[in-house]
Amino acid sequence: MNRQKRRTGRRHPLATVALLAIGLIFTGGAYAALSAGTTAQAETDLTSQQTIDEGKKLFQANCATCHGLSGEGTGTGPSLVGVGAASVDFQVGTGRMPMQMQGPQAQVKPVQFTDEQILQLAAFVASLGPGPSIPPAHLVDGGGDAANGAELFRINCAMCHNVAGAGGALTEGKFAPALTETSGVHIYEAMVTGPQNMPVFSDMNISPEDKRDIITYLKYVQDNRSPGGFELGSLGPVAEGLFIWIFGLGAIVAITVWITAKSN
Amino acid sequence: MAQDDHSGAELTAADSSHAAHESDASPGTALIVQDAFANPGFPPHRPRVTDEDPKREKRAQRTVYTLFYLSALGSLWAVAAYMLFPMESNNVGDVRLNNLFIGLGATLALLALGIGIVHWGKAVMVDVELVDERHEVGGSPETQAAAAKVFADADRESGFTRRAVIRNSLIGALVVFPLPAVVLFRGFAPQDELPVPLLSHTMWRKGTRLALDPSGVAIKASDVTIGSAFHVIPEGLAELEHGKLEEKAKAAVLLMRLDPSELNQLPERESWSYDGIVAYSKICTHVGCPVALYEQHTHHLLCPCHQSQFDVANHCEVIFGPAKRPLPQLPIAIDDEGYLIAQSDFTEPVGPSFWERH
Amino acid sequence: MSTASPTTGTQKRSFTTAAAVYVNERTSVAGFIKELGRKAFPDHWSFLLGEVALFSFVVILISGTFLTFFFQASMAEVHYDGSYVPLKGVEMSVAMASTLDISFDIRGGLFVRQMHHWAALLFVAAIGLHMLRIYFTGAFRKPREFNWVIGFTLFILAMAEGFTGYSLPDDLLSGNGLRIIDGLIKGIPLVGTWISFLLFGGEFPGTQIVGRLYSLHIMLLPALVIAFIALHLVFVVVHKHTQYAGPGKTQQNAVGPPVLPVYAAKAGGFFFIIFGVIALIASLFTINPIWNYGPYDPSPVSAGTQPDWYIGFADGALRLIPPGWEFVWLDRTWSFNILVPLIAIGIFIVLVLLYPFIEAWITGDKREHHIADRPRNAPTRTAIGAAGVTFYAGLWAAASSDILATHFSLTMEGVIHALQAVVILGPFVAFFIAKRVCIALQKKDREIVLHGFESGRIVRLPGGEFIEVHEQLDEYDRWRLVSFETYEPLMIRPNARGKITVGQRFRASLSRWFFEDRIAPVTKGEIESGHGGHH
Repeated sequence: MNRQKRRTGRRHPLATVALLAIGLIFTGGAYAALSAGTTAQAETDLTSQQTIDEGKKLFQANCATCHGLSGEGTGTGPSLVGVGAASVDFQVGTGRMPMQMQGPQAQVKPVQFTDEQILQLAAFVASLGPGPSIPPAHLVDGGGDAANGAELFRINCAMCHNVAGAGGALTEGKFAPALTETSGVHIYEAMVTGPQNMPVFSDMNISPEDKRDIITYLKYVQDNRSPGGFELGSLGPVAEGLFIWIFGLGAIVAITVWITAKSN
Repeated sequence: MAQDDHSGAELTAADSSHAAHESDASPGTALIVQDAFANPGFPPHRPRVTDEDPKREKRAQRTVYTLFYLSALGSLWAVAAYMLFPMESNNVGDVRLNNLFIGLGATLALLALGIGIVHWGKAVMVDVELVDERHEVGGSPETQAAAAKVFADADRESGFTRRAVIRNSLIGALVVFPLPAVVLFRGFAPQDELPVPLLSHTMWRKGTRLALDPSGVAIKASDVTIGSAFHVIPEGLAELEHGKLEEKAKAAVLLMRLDPSELNQLPERESWSYDGIVAYSKICTHVGCPVALYEQHTHHLLCPCHQSQFDVANHCEVIFGPAKRPLPQLPIAIDDEGYLIAQSDFTEPVGPSFWERH
Repeated sequence: MSTASPTTGTQKRSFTTAAAVYVNERTSVAGFIKELGRKAFPDHWSFLLGEVALFSFVVILISGTFLTFFFQASMAEVHYDGSYVPLKGVEMSVAMASTLDISFDIRGGLFVRQMHHWAALLFVAAIGLHMLRIYFTGAFRKPREFNWVIGFTLFILAMAEGFTGYSLPDDLLSGNGLRIIDGLIKGIPLVGTWISFLLFGGEFPGTQIVGRLYSLHIMLLPALVIAFIALHLVFVVVHKHTQYAGPGKTQQNAVGPPVLPVYAAKAGGFFFIIFGVIALIASLFTINPIWNYGPYDPSPVSAGTQPDWYIGFADGALRLIPPGWEFVWLDRTWSFNILVPLIAIGIFIVLVLLYPFIEAWITGDKREHHIADRPRNAPTRTAIGAAGVTFYAGLWAAASSDILATHFSLTMEGVIHALQAVVILGPFVAFFIAKRVCIALQKKDREIVLHGFESGRIVRLPGGEFIEVHEQLDEYDRWRLVSFETYEPLMIRPNARGKITVGQRFRASLSRWFFEDRIAPVTKGEIESGHGGHH
């Protein structure tokens, strides 16, 4: 009797719901565990001549076609004199450079160089002229004031990147990328160098401490899933509306069909 | 079907209720097809498996009460989850668990209950279809006549039609009667203020320093590097006790520095910028969203709400989207200490257009 | 359960019987139960869509009542000191802070808040789908025209409820939404500036708006919604539900399971299912994460700032206006970039609202209709509906132009230009396609009735020819395919004074357009003469 009862229960749509719920919880947990990765900074001296020379070789082999043999720029790529090590670390470290093709803006791709090679390239470009350097670890550790960072983020960044860092559209096919996976170092470097069409946020505009707070906030958002459950891409009401029409109302219409179908 | 309405004889196949009424309303341009098929009447009743197989019926019953027990279990689980998943730790993850488990408990309670009741109705309750007779919504001619008589009697007894002066004065009074209520709505906004002067001025004055939003720290011209964008409020706004948001809603400014060679300024506004530094109202001239998506190479400003685009290099004229007017420019200069200051207020109202604006 | 039939005499009665008698003698409820309890309620899945709306509204009332116990509709500034770390110490209104407290400091509060918001989205969506069902099956025809108007008014009221609720937390998203409303109102000629001034209690944003919207949201609008729902349901009882054509079903009967018990069980169970689905969504999916948006501040804005879906069409209409539609004339500003969308939407709403009367005028049909049409059997109506849906969908999609651009790697300018074309040309294309599809489907129905359906059996004839055997429909299946009406266009006839008025001509040309290319149902004569020769 008992056995049979359980079997009938298992046939029920509830079983699917329960399975779904369990699946979702585990996925959520696994995701949270995985997203705790950090960027390791290789111990490389950016000022040593040997590093610069190694970087120069890499540069001439991989970058000179567009940026010129000594980074002076050509018709297809801008001059890199004075862009600083931060710019190289950001552009190459996120896979945007070397570019595969011209487009509205450089796309994120798998990174082409090792961490050490990126630092060598950065060292070489930094030697061409003074520019923003790679930030020290304590500014990108996420140990600042998240509330201050959140407010600064809303005022200076959210109009392009969305309040939850989900990204957004710009003109003519350009876009502000999502910041949901971006490392603290790269966020910092983007602020000081202004890659693509992003404005530059100098230290007089947003101080290094404030930048640290912004990174702290973004890390908070990256590390803490939404308390309400799945975020639906953090895209706001559009995603919510689509969800309720397709899945909410879709499921309910399926139920109405079941309710009015003749029982078998 | 409809044509049956008018060729009553063919209805016999349908059911016995057709004789109830015969409408003489106009069918409009509908064709009455004489040769139409007759309604074949109800198809034979098809029994359910639970009607034929007592085992299946027993099983359906078991399913129903199992679901009800499950529902009670879900309710209890939600109560337990309320206690088992506290969220007083300042930790978002705990809120997530609290929401999830209370929610799933409630879900189980509700879905099991609902599915159980429906299943009971579908599989266990007697499967019977009833046939109701419809009547014309307007009621029988007798009822209609009786209603008309009530009105006629009431009119005669009250003299509503006959006593025209009384009636018309009543209507007049009723028309005037809501006016005081309408006037009261003036109190929705302060009595001593008018909208147009408020909309025409902002907090900016000659000599007001440009300060960072939100900290209120004044900005030096030398701090503004090429390619940067500063979100600016008037100095002193951050310290306002009252009306801070109202002032900010008008006074918010975006400060950008372009290579002066790329800046194409109107002749009369050449003195409004300082060494490639320009300041524009951040409030869209369409419907007022903050326009702050600045692209440092194209010099385009984009409004995220309705996609109006403004060209900063060309005095913020509209290049795309529903806005018409360029963003108002704030004339700026530097003071003795090198801080950026406003030369005056905006020379036109900022933000969305309004009727009295010209 | 014992039955509650009142017994006469003094023999012992069960408790339920006694209670029923007690109640009835004080309420006369027996009359209602006798009248309504065994009403037949036609059964079809699409007849439950209105119930989805009704039940989600009940969920909204229940969850909303809970929220009122915690929400404080004040715009006084406080420094947040609740649990959510990235907002600690931030200046915000009491409304925002209390909404955060509901989310982070009251156990189950976030669950109720999310249920309330999800249920609101579902409420309006279900009304929309319900309206589509009514429209495409012609269930708005006499005697139900008023109920269409009442239902459509409910749709508008639901949108107003939704928008006022969306604005209450005073977060960045809703604040920018209100800012758009403010800009929209200011664009109205003559009165706009003053309406905005009065609505916000002075300058935008002021300190009044949340409290005022709260009064609307929890008192005035719900009272109206409840009143209109009551009226709507009274009319459903008065008219009895429509039914689809089927064997045995006529204009004079209503066929279905009785209200008590089967319909009551299905509807009652369905309420809990709707409640459960909303609860499931609320426990698994975030909605309106105000903690991300932060408090309203006129300076920031988020990428992807959109209204909830049901206001999207209005937001989209604003986005689609090309540059430059604003003029100064007579020393006053004429904001056609705002007026044109407002007027276009206004006309659209009025047309939808009045559609039953327009169609009745065109067809001149004054009979009652209780059998719902299959959409294909009213091709022009279906095509008009498809055009309307396309127009609405184009506006709606425009509200997400930025998100369409980023997610499909398009330029936002391209998306906007494409959607401008969809909104202007799309309805014509949709009209044409829908009408042709309907007629093709009608022809297929005729074909099946005349020649039967393909049985899948291939037979070789003595002459060597292979044919597939067609089987005739039984009379019940055939009835579903032939029981519809056909109309001919209105003829122009002189009126009593022997004149042909312009109105007459207009009506006749509309009628010609409405009934052109119609397909008549198969008649008995056709099947007898057409059938024999084929096989």
